[in-house]
Amino acid sequence: VRMKNRIPLILLACGSFNPITNMHMRLFEVARDHLHQTGQYQVIEGIMSPVNDDYGKKGLVSARHRIAMAKLALETSDWIRADPWESEQETWTETVKVLRHHYNESLRLLQFRKELMKNKWPIERSTEDSLSNQHSVLPELKLLCGADFLQTFKTPNLWKEEHIKEIVEKFGLVCISRAGSDPAQYINESDLLTKFQHNIFLVKEWIQNEISATQIRYALCRGLSVKYLIPDSVISYIAQHNIYTEESEQKNEGDLLQPLKLHNTTVNPLND
Amino acid sequence: TEDPDKKIEVVLLACGSFNPITNMHLRLFELARDYFHETGKYKVIKGIISPVGDAYKKKGLISANHRVTMAKLATKNSDWVEVDDWESSQSEWLETLKVLRYHHQKLSSPEPTNSLQNAIPLTKPGRKRKQEPNRHDPVKKKNQSPDIKSVPQVKLLCGSDILESFGIPNLWKMEDITEIVENHGLVCISRVGNSVQKFIYESDILWRHKNNIHLVEEWITNDISSTKIRRALRRGQSIRYLVPDAVQAYIEKNNLYSPESEDRNAGVVLAPLQKHASDSRN
Repeated sequence: VRMKNRIPLILLACGSFNPITNMHMRLFEVARDHLHQTGQYQVIEGIMSPVNDDYGKKGLVSARHRIAMAKLALETSDWIRADPWESEQETWTETVKVLRHHYNESLRLLQFRKELMKNKWPIERSTEDSLSNQHSVLPELKLLCGADFLQTFKTPNLWKEEHIKEIVEKFGLVCISRAGSDPAQYINESDLLTKFQHNIFLVKEWIQNEISATQIRYALCRGLSVKYLIPDSVISYIAQHNIYTEESEQKNEGDLLQPLKLHNTTVNPLND
Repeated sequence: TEDPDKKIEVVLLACGSFNPITNMHLRLFELARDYFHETGKYKVIKGIISPVGDAYKKKGLISANHRVTMAKLATKNSDWVEVDDWESSQSEWLETLKVLRYHHQKLSSPEPTNSLQNAIPLTKPGRKRKQEPNRHDPVKKKNQSPDIKSVPQVKLLCGSDILESFGIPNLWKMEDITEIVENHGLVCISRVGNSVQKFIYESDILWRHKNNIHLVEEWITNDISSTKIRRALRRGQSIRYLVPDAVQAYIEKNNLYSPESEDRNAGVVLAPLQKHASDSRN
């Protein structure tokens, strides 16, 4: 299928990115390859959205640094970028709201481009070229995630049911899993996910590269090398600003995650 | 007296196809170096990548020129790992042991810029020093250390697949394996839950020299094999973030891997297998 007849698609990944790793960036590459091979989509953009500091996860360093590192890592990518909107909000923002924001932004941009072209070629509107054709097609925005993410839908009080529905119905998921794991199982176990399974893309990553940010932080604290697991520019930045230390790892220790606090105000936090 | 804080100097040598080099290959060096430094006894002074020559005749093996160039691009940003093309520039395939010996020799040969210790004759402990009446050189008693501490040890760095390949008939000569583990040493990086320890246990030679076989566990599952990279490339899939950017760009620019390149040497017997089969016939 020619590119011009494909649906433009934006991939959005939410997460701590504490720090960003080669694996995070691989998710985008693998997802894009898969979506292109379906013949239905053209991936036009990838957005990495580091979570707000207010999320309260243990060991989460300041968003300022996490954004800076993501930007450094993505410097050489011509289609993926780091976006600070989520991290700049006053409080932690539900994932569905981040999706809505970026979707609205993409519509705004589309509208802006339409206006631009209308003003540029007022007489030749009948000769709309393939470019403007594509731009008049509404883009889709999908949430990019790992298979473990699907599992978190089951965690009590972490998600609102109506949010999960909106995410899978209105937006869609692109879920990357490693060979040997079976995310189809999680879909099968949930009526809601089963109903919208046509909008959940399961992609298998055959080249296992499980670089967890947690392990990266441990290695850094112990003075072990993380070269070739995260970009050199990020390693330099971390060293320069001495970001990950035993102290930083203790941040938010004992605190409940913000979404759990919000959705479950009647239950006492664990260490109260 | 010997300086107790003096560490044993180690050079890590990785032999292989590097077809192409990947982040996983590069990680082996980092993991091995961290391991040695954590023992407190060793100091890793250099890492050497030695791509195999074209005469190896492995299926899908592209020209050594490209493989060496990519390895050099990949190690551009490393201050201790370098690429050596001696092995790849030989017209015949060379046994790994020969490459180890070559690099050991290279490091042992006295050079004017070497430290004083290398210039002074060493004796092994327990041997009587020969009386040399015409010698006027100052004899420093504290350098009566065994050779092994003054010349860096060259150890073969590999993944568990190489170690376990010792069991493939005709791929390795028994005497080579013995000399590798006896005189040089092995550093084997493997994933948690591997069968390497069992393999060593089941081999008398390896068991005898197990102190010279260093097993390093890799906790981060990193399965970036060259085979998978080539497969991805044939299918038009991205290899970004699996190999260094400069390597990815070089592959793309030169269109290195294709179904045709994968067919190279198809049906040809691997050089070591051919050599050892004919040796046993003679």
